[in-house]
Amino acid sequence: MQIFLPIAEVSVNAFTLVGLGGLVGLMSGLFGVGGGFLITPLLFFIGIPPAIAVATGANQVVASSVSGVLAHVKRKTVDFRMGGVLLAGGLVGSGLGVWVFTILQEVGQVDLVVQLCYVVFLGLIGAMMLQESVRALRRSKNPTYRKRSHQHMWVHRWPGKMKFRASGLYISVIPPLLVGVAVGVLAAIMGVGGGFIMVPAMIYLLGVPTKVVVGTSLFQITFVTAFTTVMHAVSYNTVDIMLAVLLIVGGVVGAQIGTTLGARLRAEQLRILLALLVLLVCGKLALDLFLRPDDLYSITTEAR
Amino acid sequence: MRTALTALLALWLAGAATAQEADAPAGMIEYGEPVPTFPDPSQRQRVIAAIAKSKDRPVEQVVAGLSRDSVAITASFDGSEILIYGAIKRETPIPDGPPLQIIVTVEAPSRPLTIWRKERKAGIWINTEKVEIGAAPGFYAVATSGPMSDILQEDWDRRYRISLPLALRAYAGKLAVDDAVPFTEALIRLRESNGLYRLDEGSVKLVDQTLFRADVRLPANLIEGDYKTRIFLLRDGQVMDVYRAPIDVRKVGLERWLYRLAFDQPLLYGLMSLAVAVIAGWGASAAFRKLRRA
Repeated sequence: MQIFLPIAEVSVNAFTLVGLGGLVGLMSGLFGVGGGFLITPLLFFIGIPPAIAVATGANQVVASSVSGVLAHVKRKTVDFRMGGVLLAGGLVGSGLGVWVFTILQEVGQVDLVVQLCYVVFLGLIGAMMLQESVRALRRSKNPTYRKRSHQHMWVHRWPGKMKFRASGLYISVIPPLLVGVAVGVLAAIMGVGGGFIMVPAMIYLLGVPTKVVVGTSLFQITFVTAFTTVMHAVSYNTVDIMLAVLLIVGGVVGAQIGTTLGARLRAEQLRILLALLVLLVCGKLALDLFLRPDDLYSITTEAR
Repeated sequence: MRTALTALLALWLAGAATAQEADAPAGMIEYGEPVPTFPDPSQRQRVIAAIAKSKDRPVEQVVAGLSRDSVAITASFDGSEILIYGAIKRETPIPDGPPLQIIVTVEAPSRPLTIWRKERKAGIWINTEKVEIGAAPGFYAVATSGPMSDILQEDWDRRYRISLPLALRAYAGKLAVDDAVPFTEALIRLRESNGLYRLDEGSVKLVDQTLFRADVRLPANLIEGDYKTRIFLLRDGQVMDVYRAPIDVRKVGLERWLYRLAFDQPLLYGLMSLAVAVIAGWGASAAFRKLRRA
């Protein structure tokens, strides 16, 4: 069933969009990522103009992350205080990122920088997670290994300590703030919620327990993407509500299934899956950069 | 600045039409002025005036009608078919000479665009060179009663900008590349593969040099605006008469309402999009909770 999108001004298959939304929603519920890093390229691939793909993708992420975070609230796996600190940093970072983006646009190298950002960050994070989670899985199979309950890293000696009860942490607020800022910058440049960077950063840099990472990440993503949606709608008129609704229908169902599935899987297995997914997307993007494209030419139409 | 642009354009024109003779026939457009944008009404007026001077009144005239003069874009819009039909009006017997030919063009409003070329730099493919086009139609279909090269002379093509490469010929700003031709060729190639630019040679049916019909299919990915239809009557490669008719392509109903809201009340629209997302997310969560309990 073809449907004409009022803002994007293209006609697309409605079922394809629902399916796409479902797939991304599943990832969202399972891994605590918004799915922006998947939905934006996928929408682009089916012929949606890039600016509209980014803005509408953000709106779809709001829906699936609300859906996901509510399920986590019920299971009490959201650290609201940690989420709030990350969010504060995220909004600052987002503003910074938009500024950097504008500069890049003036220089005319946005596409390249965005693509390189994807390849570098996805590659680093994916590799790090895979290595770490494979090691963790081996450890859990070996009953003689006992995990230290407190890992004292350099971040724990910083001032301004705060209790994050749900995470069982007593650390300085500066590291989570910085993580928030960094994720916000990248999110704005790459047009994503930033979950796939934040989840590993929370686990490996802040030492947040895996059990609350997903819910807390979704909590932060909900607000950042909501902010992004309204910003895009107001400044560029690029949110296509018809497209968003179709993606959302699939997305919210997918997010619920993902969250349910996630509760049954073991944390280490979940992390391996996410690592593999991240590496897969990274590999695809890297190939696009290195292989000769089918057509050397491309067209960009000016924004109206 | 102006002279530089003119010189560049003249250079490109010379490159594009190598076989073109230097002495243009009377009534030919002179390009000794700023880069023309398409469509340029003043230029067209002068062309029409020139034709009127050369011939008092065409012996043969086109009278035509369109099956519809407006296209409504709804949510389920999946393209549209337009039948263009008509007859040749004449008060004398059919003149001797080569048979009459018809060319029909349907053209969407033009928008500026940029064509990029990728190049390998340090192992990766990146956009390096670009050509900016001041105005290119979002849709352009040409239907003819025979092969273009046989039925249309080049100078007449240039005068009316009938064939696609000519319809696009309007560069925005100074050309940053040595040769822009591959860029415009790529634009046509890419848009042809999307069905946005079309040349259907021989698709116009002409009966007894008097009646004709052409079916033009408008694709699903249309943009809104005032479309233009032109019907050219040709004999011996020369344009005898032109008939013009508008087609109004508009969004209607929900499509129109959403589009207007997005541009007139963007904050409200943004908040509405957000509300839809939040309600859907919350609704799904609530529904699944009920489902699990049941």
